[in-house]
Amino acid sequence: MTDQMKTKQYVPGEHPDMPPPAGISGPVAWVKNNLLSSPLNVVLTVISLWALYKIVPGSLEWMFFDAAYTGKDRNECLAKAGGACWAFVGERFELFTYGFYPAEERWRVNLAFILLPIALIPILWDKCPFRKIGIWFAIAYPFIAGWLLLGGFGLESVPTDKFGGFMLTLVIGVTGITFSLPIGILLALGRMSNLPIIRMFSVCFIEFIRGVPLITLLFVASTMLSYFLPPGTSFDLLLRVLIMVTLFASAYMAEVIRGGLQAIPKGQTEAADSMGLKYWQSMRLIVLPQALKISIPGIVNTFIGLYKDSVLVIVIGLLDPLGIGRASVATTEWGGLSTEIYVFVAIFFFISCFAMSRYSLYLERKLETSHKR
Amino acid sequence: MSTATVTADQRNVISRMWNDKENRSVIIQIIAFIAILAFFGFMGRNAVLNLEALGKGFSFDFLFQPASYDINQTLIEYDSRSPHLRATIVGIINTLLVAVCGIILATILGFILGVLRLSNNWITNRLAYVYIEYVRNVPVLVHILMVHGFIVHTLPIPKQAINFGDAAFLTNRGLFSPKPLFEPLFWIVFGLFVAGIIFTIWFRRYAKRVQDSTGKQYPVFWISLAAIIGLPFLSYFILGSPIEWQIPYLKGFNFKDGLVIRPEFIALWLALSLYTAAFIGENVRAGILAVNYGQTEAASALGVSRGRTLSLVVIPQALRVIIPPLTSQYLNLTKNSSLAIAIGYMDIVATIGGISLNQTGREMECMIIVLLLYLVISLLISASMNWYNKRIKIVER
Repeated sequence: MTDQMKTKQYVPGEHPDMPPPAGISGPVAWVKNNLLSSPLNVVLTVISLWALYKIVPGSLEWMFFDAAYTGKDRNECLAKAGGACWAFVGERFELFTYGFYPAEERWRVNLAFILLPIALIPILWDKCPFRKIGIWFAIAYPFIAGWLLLGGFGLESVPTDKFGGFMLTLVIGVTGITFSLPIGILLALGRMSNLPIIRMFSVCFIEFIRGVPLITLLFVASTMLSYFLPPGTSFDLLLRVLIMVTLFASAYMAEVIRGGLQAIPKGQTEAADSMGLKYWQSMRLIVLPQALKISIPGIVNTFIGLYKDSVLVIVIGLLDPLGIGRASVATTEWGGLSTEIYVFVAIFFFISCFAMSRYSLYLERKLETSHKR
Repeated sequence: MSTATVTADQRNVISRMWNDKENRSVIIQIIAFIAILAFFGFMGRNAVLNLEALGKGFSFDFLFQPASYDINQTLIEYDSRSPHLRATIVGIINTLLVAVCGIILATILGFILGVLRLSNNWITNRLAYVYIEYVRNVPVLVHILMVHGFIVHTLPIPKQAINFGDAAFLTNRGLFSPKPLFEPLFWIVFGLFVAGIIFTIWFRRYAKRVQDSTGKQYPVFWISLAAIIGLPFLSYFILGSPIEWQIPYLKGFNFKDGLVIRPEFIALWLALSLYTAAFIGENVRAGILAVNYGQTEAASALGVSRGRTLSLVVIPQALRVIIPPLTSQYLNLTKNSSLAIAIGYMDIVATIGGISLNQTGREMECMIIVLLLYLVISLLISASMNWYNKRIKIVER
């Protein structure tokens, strides 16, 4: 009763803004709600904090505070600091980036690296100015980059066994991504087709590729594929690997796109048929735009997988960053380094793959709103 | 139709056939079939010519010749005089071993991660998130090499082994643990264990029948536990511990006796499990989130306890969403186990597809065997998971 007597009476609409009651907001309440809400929660918090305490300071110490950043070889590193030895990154930077690409021709690799974001921006950013021209450039990019890297037509040609490092990762990634998408679309259409022979062929191809590991396909490329070529001919190991990687990715791509195709109601095809559109017209104008749109997140995930899988080429002797790193460990200067190399490669892949997966999440959210009714 | 007959004579036969939908589909298929056939025929002809030029021929006889190489981890008897066929079988067993162990560990870790990702606890949630994102965005080969490098370079040499109660030792040459030597009486214990499992299966059905007809509930979990774990344990001690443990001991520079788990196996197993667990964790999280919260509320409105809500309402529904992606994760793990070759674990690829291939020079035959083996394993996994999926699928009207 006395409490009610004390509260002041306000004219409606003139009530001043009051702070929220104590204990509902603010850092203390946040900790209470999020970290200590139940006995189990308290236990989890304690365990997590203990794990953080065990892992974080030690790793930071090793990676940054007690690390050596410069030096000519490992012994120099050891003399400087007890933690990681990052000097090899600087010392072998060119090897990590260009592989064994001839030094006087490296501007071509640099140009290909610089053109890549210019090709990517119009694809990734839908409000980009001059997007139409940009997309044509993006479609042409793999061929321009191929010409720049391989040479010929006025440029001095460089054999592919000189390729290596990040440049090799880029070559495998860009080639795989560019060619696996159209092949994947064709395979998905084949699998959904009414023509039994074409459907059977697509199903067999997709299921075969998805049933075996990429590494066995790479072994096929390196050991067995040359038997199937006309006698006396042979082609480049890198090209064989690129074909295998592309076929591998396109089988997975086909399944992702098939998911998108199946989500399109049959009425869409029927409507297209009744408008008199031919098969390819109805696919190109009606079905595929919708199907590809909903399968974009899956497509990006397949790209990430392909990009990550590119490290497998070290098993058949190509030198991507991981291969260069492992070769460095075998040298006298840097012998004994192991964790540093793997951490370095892991960071490189983490940054690029994390960026791709964030972009895919962003697209997913954007497409979700457009589908809401 | 009448218009078609009017214009028919003006058009030639081919274009008429092409404009008929059914004829056209037949023509396209015949062309496709011939093209595929020609392509394979061309490749086959090249292969025959190439093999002939090399004087190799195509036969699987080499499988019965001595392999003459050693394999560092064999679960069945094998030595360098055994034929290539036996080396292949050792490889298959090693692949299956690491795949099965990996699937078990990855499933357990994945479910824990998925639940932690849904935890209200901010720190735990973030930790699980950071772990999942790190692991998923780094190639699995890097993980395998990193774990292997850690074991080989960071763990102590046998003389300074990490000692677990003088019974097991962790060194850079692997984990040395006591090896069980079974005495004849042990098989009674094992028999009781199997009997316990059979009893449990029967008892669960019986208990469900009783509950359906009378509503009476048995403590199924505790009785099952007693039958499967309790009874064998009891009999083990009554029979006077019929397992003798062979403890490893240090001799010279390495341990002798005991059960050796080699660093290659540990590295591959841990790396594959930790990698796949991150993906499974995300699947589990998505599956649990897919169960409408109204289901939980309805269960508690009916007075069902929290634990039973989870086991009877949420998990069965979540499993339906989780199983299909889980299948592909299991397949991925099995296929990724082929990366074993990078660290020298002797699986299918390293035995028949690696050393046997290099020694005999029979690339074609070896690669065909490897590809077929992986296809069969993949098909078996997806078939069994499809069977399980069908069993737990919702029974629709």
